[in-house]
Amino acid sequence: MIWDFLKYGAGNIGKRRLRSWLTMIGIFVGIAAVVALVSLGQGLTKYVDEEFAKLGRDKIIIQPKGTLGGVVSVGGVEIDDSDLREVLGTKGVVDATGMNYGTVKIEFNDQVRYYFNIGIPQGKEGKLVYELFTSYDVEVGRNLKKGDKNKVVLGHYFLDRNLFEKNVKVGDKILLNDEEFEVIGFYEIIGNPSDDTQTYITREAYLDLFDVEDDKYDYLLAKSDISEEPEVVVDRIEETLRKHRDKEEGSEDVDVVSFAQYAEVFKAVFNVVQVVIIGIACISLIVGGIGIMNTMFTAVLQRTQEIGIMKSVGARNSDIMILFLIESGILGLAGGAIGIIFGASFAKLIEVFATVALESTLLQAYFPPYLIVGSLVFSFVVGALSGIIPAYRASKLKPVDALRYE
Amino acid sequence: MTKKCDFVIELRDVWKIYKMGDVNVPALRGLSLQICKGDFVSIMGPSGSGKSTAMNMVGALDVPTKGKIFLNGQNIAKLSESDLAQIRGKTIGFIFQQFNLLPTLSALENVTLPMIFQGTPREERIEKAKQLLMMVGLGDRMHHKPSELSGGQQQRVAIARSLCNDPEVILADEPTGNLDSKTGNEIMALLGGLNRDQGKTVIMVTHDANVAKHADRVELLKDGQVKKDGHAMLRKLRRGVKK
Repeated sequence: MIWDFLKYGAGNIGKRRLRSWLTMIGIFVGIAAVVALVSLGQGLTKYVDEEFAKLGRDKIIIQPKGTLGGVVSVGGVEIDDSDLREVLGTKGVVDATGMNYGTVKIEFNDQVRYYFNIGIPQGKEGKLVYELFTSYDVEVGRNLKKGDKNKVVLGHYFLDRNLFEKNVKVGDKILLNDEEFEVIGFYEIIGNPSDDTQTYITREAYLDLFDVEDDKYDYLLAKSDISEEPEVVVDRIEETLRKHRDKEEGSEDVDVVSFAQYAEVFKAVFNVVQVVIIGIACISLIVGGIGIMNTMFTAVLQRTQEIGIMKSVGARNSDIMILFLIESGILGLAGGAIGIIFGASFAKLIEVFATVALESTLLQAYFPPYLIVGSLVFSFVVGALSGIIPAYRASKLKPVDALRYE
Repeated sequence: MTKKCDFVIELRDVWKIYKMGDVNVPALRGLSLQICKGDFVSIMGPSGSGKSTAMNMVGALDVPTKGKIFLNGQNIAKLSESDLAQIRGKTIGFIFQQFNLLPTLSALENVTLPMIFQGTPREERIEKAKQLLMMVGLGDRMHHKPSELSGGQQQRVAIARSLCNDPEVILADEPTGNLDSKTGNEIMALLGGLNRDQGKTVIMVTHDANVAKHADRVELLKDGQVKKDGHAMLRKLRRGVKK
């Protein structure tokens, strides 16, 4: 019976093709937007997950509170060797090291640019850094090594993105904060502009260049024991540092965050953004639903006599109701299916654009099965719900009146 | 009309009053009518005599304002619309002047439609519909849409459709009204055959005396009531007094 109703509904939709297409636009735009946004969002979340998994859930960052986005410290809080020793001595920490970074003035061919500079400890202290940045393989030239003074390795963008009028090459001399450095290599592309425009020198060179004392760090990097939950180790480090720095609970001046927590925070923020955007896309779905309702009202009027005929040959009110609900549901479903195709294509297009134009692998569209199935079910439900009032009205028509209607 | 019979349909003092603004317009004024199993009855009457309203009552398409309607002994005057729909589907086969086929469905699908609402299995439906279409001489037109069929062919599809649930009563409203006289005669012959050979009760509403004479009995309606001279009218018609 349902199969016959489906066939009848599809037949009616096919009969008034133009109107059906126009009706489906609202649903189609809404679903396309949702599919495109969610697939890209899911891709981004997946990328973040994978990146954090690569870096390792066991890594912990200790940095001054008030560090804006991990970039600029505003509170004048200092971290030094004694903190590093405390962290190293905390139960569950297997390794820790200190890092320094800052904005550097770069001069090349009389042109000036400003980018980040990172001082990487070499030897034993640098082991953790190199382990963390596993993606930092050198593409051209060589990496830094202990004792390198006035040698710099550059992010990939310096190699081919015209950061200067002329691209830099291995062997070129550049000025960092007015001191001459020799370019010895370029890292592989990482995929996001802030990493790919960084400059890297040894920590020794950094301390000289920025006139920083040897025992001062901008942040500490720790690695927790594989058998421990990183969050537990984070709590222990927090407690150790609280005691060491003589702070009350709640007024600590350093943040201790595991990479796993970073990933969670990122995902939480990103999910909120995504929900808001999807909410906006849903406006289109509501408009689409109203469009379907309007079309179904017209269909009920146009087919009043048909309804009368069906009732005269034995259709109950519920049969008529189901018939019209199925028809409006099909309208929604078809709009949703087309929307999925367009949304997915659009997301893929953005992915290709991002990969080619920005050389970034950050935006990869990802289509989890629940997105496709969910969109189809949702569009059918929107269609069917929009059809409820018209279908109810159709079902309540009196057969005599409906038969007489012209 | 004193013969003893099983009533298929009996209308007892049926009133139907339509409200037109503040005015009450009675279409039926205490109509009483008995129709026996196997009857072939014509309901005749001028425009406004209430014959369409009477047919709606007989066909369970509408409920009376007052009075009782018995279908196989059951009073259907107070039933719900869905119950009436089931009764219509099972007991009554409709044939309309405008054929009233669904334009998007083929002849075969139109004939299967009433069976869908009765929950007949698909295979059975198609088999039955094919048989009926062959019976009305449309074996080679089963997959045509109504728009691809002539008026006479469409009415044959409608007749096949009216028979698909094997109803006791065939209710025909001006079945030849939209057909030329030759095709009309063919359709009347088909209806006559259903009455004679299959024992179907046929109730036909018409204003055409030539059509009405095919019936065994004529009921004349005027001002929403049965006039008593229906038999005389039929005799006159049979003698060849044509209007």
